[in-house]
Amino acid sequence: MIQQPGISKKATAWFKSGTPWIWMNAGAIAIALVAVFGLLLLILFRGMSHFWPANVEAFYYENDSNSLTVIAEIVESEIVPAESLHGIANTGGDAEGNIERYLVKTGNRDILGSDFRWLYDIDLVKREQPEEIMVLERIEWGNFYGYLNSVYEGDTLVASGAEAWQEFSERLRRTIDIRERILHLEQVEIGAINYKLERLRLREKRLQLDDELSDEAAGELAEKREELKLEYDALLKETRVLYQDINRDSIRATVMDGSEVTVPLEKIVKAWQPNKMSIPNKLGFYAYTLWSFVSEDPREANTEGGIFPAIFGTVLMVILMAILVTPFGVIAAVYLREYARQGVLIRIIRIAVNNLAGVPSIVYGVFGLGFFVYFLGGNIDALFYPEAQPAPTFGTPGLMWSSLTLALLTLPVVIVATEEGLSRIPRSLREGSLGLGATKVETLWRVVLPMASPAIMTGLILAVARAAGEVAPLMLVGVVKLAPSLPLDGNFPFLHLDRKFMHLGFHIYDVGFQSPNVEAARPLVYATSFLLVVVIVTLNLTAINLRNRLREKYRALDN
Amino acid sequence: MTDTITTTIDESVLKGSSASAAAGTDEICMQVNKLNLFYGDAQALTDISFEMKKNRVTAFIGPSGCGKSTLLRCFNRMNDLVDSVRVEGEIILDDSNIYAPDVDVTSLRQRVGMVFQKPNPFPMSIFENVAYGLRLQGINKRRHLEEKIEWALKGAALWDEVKDRLDESALGLSGGQQQRLVIARAIAIEPEILLLDEPASALDPISTLKIEELIYELKSQYTILIVTHNMQQAARVSDETAFMYLGEMIEFGETNKIFTNPEKKQTEDYITGRYG
Repeated sequence: MIQQPGISKKATAWFKSGTPWIWMNAGAIAIALVAVFGLLLLILFRGMSHFWPANVEAFYYENDSNSLTVIAEIVESEIVPAESLHGIANTGGDAEGNIERYLVKTGNRDILGSDFRWLYDIDLVKREQPEEIMVLERIEWGNFYGYLNSVYEGDTLVASGAEAWQEFSERLRRTIDIRERILHLEQVEIGAINYKLERLRLREKRLQLDDELSDEAAGELAEKREELKLEYDALLKETRVLYQDINRDSIRATVMDGSEVTVPLEKIVKAWQPNKMSIPNKLGFYAYTLWSFVSEDPREANTEGGIFPAIFGTVLMVILMAILVTPFGVIAAVYLREYARQGVLIRIIRIAVNNLAGVPSIVYGVFGLGFFVYFLGGNIDALFYPEAQPAPTFGTPGLMWSSLTLALLTLPVVIVATEEGLSRIPRSLREGSLGLGATKVETLWRVVLPMASPAIMTGLILAVARAAGEVAPLMLVGVVKLAPSLPLDGNFPFLHLDRKFMHLGFHIYDVGFQSPNVEAARPLVYATSFLLVVVIVTLNLTAINLRNRLREKYRALDN
Repeated sequence: MTDTITTTIDESVLKGSSASAAAGTDEICMQVNKLNLFYGDAQALTDISFEMKKNRVTAFIGPSGCGKSTLLRCFNRMNDLVDSVRVEGEIILDDSNIYAPDVDVTSLRQRVGMVFQKPNPFPMSIFENVAYGLRLQGINKRRHLEEKIEWALKGAALWDEVKDRLDESALGLSGGQQQRLVIARAIAIEPEILLLDEPASALDPISTLKIEELIYELKSQYTILIVTHNMQQAARVSDETAFMYLGEMIEFGETNKIFTNPEKKQTEDYITGRYG
């Protein structure tokens, strides 16, 4: 310090100028941004690359004792030291140094026992991408990889060789149409009849319980039931015909071990020949696959198919939560800020409200289960749905209890934000309204609350952000792995608050940890995570947009 | 420029005073008897007593913190909004004490309108701002509202400037226009008395001039009480002036007399600028 007074002085001056703090702030923000975008990019890449129709390769292995052909998609590759492979590698050879190994997806789980396997660069004779390789996405057993040989209608050969693919594509389209028709008949039309029959049964039981089941009423019910039965029979006949139709066609294909297998078209969802596709073709196919993922129901214990019910459930639950929490929160905040006498009691209440925001969410789940589901739901069932007993209606986890539990969880945020907003309304505006002969309530309704609406929206935005990502409490109060039907459908009363529903957050947990097929599920975990982020961001942007409009409309007087 | 305007005003005021003296009655509008006001333990107003005549402009002047705004806010019971306020004494309006326990404060405030220091239009359209007080009284018919609003805006000398944009936000108006809008809002419900709490202190000279002209116009229909810091303004617009100091009313009388020949030395000191 004594030797170099100049530098030390400069350093002190630099330090005093505040520049290092600015750099530190900038650095912290940069790190935060990099972390956020890194995370998003990672899940985006890992998740979205899953839907790309990657090329399929054929690997030919041969040594003294045997030969092997593997048809597969490469998932990842890595370099490993050769000695670590003794006894594992398929040749048992004595390679030295490092060798490359691949994790490949071979599909054909029904034939091979598993979808994935490791391949090594030992005794590899040839590796190529034959154009004719065909990939089928099947309803069961995952993907199928092989060569298409011929197309059959019943037992008659329709096409083989070069024309087979064309014929197969056309017949597959027809099959898919029929499948959609069957699905519609079974889920929507027959589903509606079943729903109506169930309601008739409940009404009859209700009348019995009330001792009001006259012969007349019984006759009327029976008549209605008969009508529905007729409708049902007609639909059933229609589906039977369709089932015969859908089972008509099949294809024969050679798999990697050289054997020929028969695949009925009814089992196929999609078929493509990736090695033949051009990049634009692949892009189109990619968009189609992505759309199916977003718009279809899951299959095969959630490891295949889409996640539409989960997206739908998440959004619906969050919207219901917002509808429930807003009035509660606003009324509480108005009381605390406008009416209550500011004293010790109110201060204690405020502290309690703030602390509620810090209670672990699973605790809310337990409370929801104990209070909402068992106590409230149980009593509602006993009072209003005695006919359905012993099956519970509201006395079981469901959409309404989930929304209510999350509303409770996010209540503190809304209260705090609304109070803040109310305290910021200029006194002069309240006095202006009161001075014109308005009562306190009129002033609140006409001036104060509209002006506080941007602040209320801010609270709601925070609430939505918190609620949409919450999983733990929902597992106790209404979310399930697979819900048989959506909570919103065409059957009266349309919105079924008592139904269980699917949720993206829980779906991620389920696919990631409860799936029998880890490798197949992994990309779906990323893809679902990405979609969850997209859903939350969309909900938030909508709310923020709304808030900005309100802010513009009710901007405070600044002159 | 300002000087010329001032001169014109002075002339018109002079002409006006004679006119108003002819038109104004000596009928008493409001009577204040031994009014005392406390904020908790601190006394803000002490033994205020005076009478106001109908269709006159009464100005309250005095240094900051002398209680003139507090006194003004007694007339429509705006002080009730502050928790710790206690009022003793009485204010008689039409033979009844407005501090009597059975008085309906909201209807009192409809009779005694108020305009504040800072323009405080609501964040609504110009139309809805003026309609606010009318809607509170249950007047919702569009035609009736339109008539009333046109009348009120004309009364506040704002009609010509805003008649083509009644549905635009009131926040887009200039400060002076906003203050006239607030006056229109106050007179739309046809009060008997108008309280103006430094209505021009946040405005530029031109807008101030317009407000002063307006006050002069409004005098024929309303009894006006105005608090002001600006003594020239008090001299220009008022018929009677009260000088207040430390919560007491030192002197009350005709404006001409207060400004030319005050009885009390304190008044003279203040008017000649020795303190305040």
